Amino acid sequence: MLFASPLAWILLALIHMLLAWFFLGRLDAFLQIQPQLVQIENPPGFTETIVTPVFAMAAVLLLVLIPLLTMRQFAEERKNHTLTLLLSAPVTATEIVLGKFLALIIFFLGIIGLIVGMCLSLTAGGELDYGLVLSGALGLFLLVCCFVALGLYISSLTAQPALAAIGVLGVLLGFWITDMVTDDHQGWVHFVSIFKQFELLNNGLIDTFSGAYFFLFTLFFIVLTVRHLDGERLHG
Amino acid sequence: MTDLDERTMLLAKCLRCRYGEYNAVDDISIQLKKGEVLGLLGPNGAGKTTTIRMITGNLAPNAGSIKICGIDLLNEPQKAKARLGYLPEIPPLYFDMTVDEYLRFAARLHRMEKHHIPQALETCKQRCGLMSHGKRLIGSLSKGLQQRIGIAQAIIHDPDVIILDEPTVGLDPNQMREIRELIRELGKKRSIMLSTHLLLEVESVCSRVQIMHEGQVVMNETVAGLKQQGADLETVFTRLTQQSQEMH
Repeated sequence: MLFASPLAWILLALIHMLLAWFFLGRLDAFLQIQPQLVQIENPPGFTETIVTPVFAMAAVLLLVLIPLLTMRQFAEERKNHTLTLLLSAPVTATEIVLGKFLALIIFFLGIIGLIVGMCLSLTAGGELDYGLVLSGALGLFLLVCCFVALGLYISSLTAQPALAAIGVLGVLLGFWITDMVTDDHQGWVHFVSIFKQFELLNNGLIDTFSGAYFFLFTLFFIVLTVRHLDGERLHG
Repeated sequence: MTDLDERTMLLAKCLRCRYGEYNAVDDISIQLKKGEVLGLLGPNGAGKTTTIRMITGNLAPNAGSIKICGIDLLNEPQKAKARLGYLPEIPPLYFDMTVDEYLRFAARLHRMEKHHIPQALETCKQRCGLMSHGKRLIGSLSKGLQQRIGIAQAIIHDPDVIILDEPTVGLDPNQMREIRELIRELGKKRSIMLSTHLLLEVESVCSRVQIMHEGQVVMNETVAGLKQQGADLETVFTRLTQQSQEMH
């Protein structure tokens, strides 16, 4: 259904155009500083100078993009009175929420796939650090899971899609700013900042703590969404 | 089990629903037999929609039990809901889907097996007079057609019990007649419960009528029985629903 609407295609085209532009910019910058890099001992490869910033940029773009897609999931169903159709069908609230979650995750996997594909085009000119690319892609994927789960929950709270979008955007920007004000690897804020966890993965550090953090974050909001839908049935 | 029990498709006992202090539905029992079309009548705010929302599993009652084809709705909601077709007051339509896409989605949602769907889709479209509109977007169709898609969605999985909340509201007289014919046709083999505040509609399609007022059933009588007594539905309705208003 998502692909039958122009919204999905426009978003895909836009995010890819912006990232391609950024990607070319980074590539250009790399080519300019390459002569100087050669003189340094153990210089950063082009995976660090191109792929990592592209992934970091993609995370910020997804921050804006995800609320646009999650806002519709429950708020719009409620506004158009179609939520009744789902609730009176022989499916559980868990199935409804997981269905919507997986549908969005599959869509975003496509976006991540395209970004990785774009970076793989660099193999034409040299050898990529595949471990780092994979770690960054994993980070993006986990970040998307968290954002989507949060987006679904906020969307389930209201009947106004715009309100849901602004709500999610507000919370996500909050996370981003939390990340900006914290100094590197210092204090407790570092542990709760979702972007810091992503940055660690993007720099090639796969940590059990990050994995657990992303997993629990996603699970927490999915469970909350299911509980909210069930609660609505119980308490009117 | 007696014969009577087997023919009872819907049995709701002593349903109660409170919104805070206000008793929206107060001790209501509804029984629906196979081949019966029950009309739920009542003034606005009598609790018709609340009752229907409880029976379709959209709202949990504060007390009481609901059985659909002998399956308890509160204990086994998935199994019970599969036997139920429901058209809410506002048809739950996705305006950016085509009629075929939407009906196929509704069939999948009711867990129909994939190979049965094409056949069910054809029968269902034929019944509701949607044969030539399969490829059209729902949003571009008229209100009458949208209402028919809503009914199609409720019957595509061949449910035993069909519940329609004000199915003819906002339709022109021709469309109303068509929908009523469809309801009569469907009611031959299944059980239908419809809520309305059009008295004429009850007289023309229903076999039994229950009048609700302020959350309670104030009358339960077959339409044939009413005719035998020579009672006029309108007089009965006015007497039952205005009397208690004056008491307040």
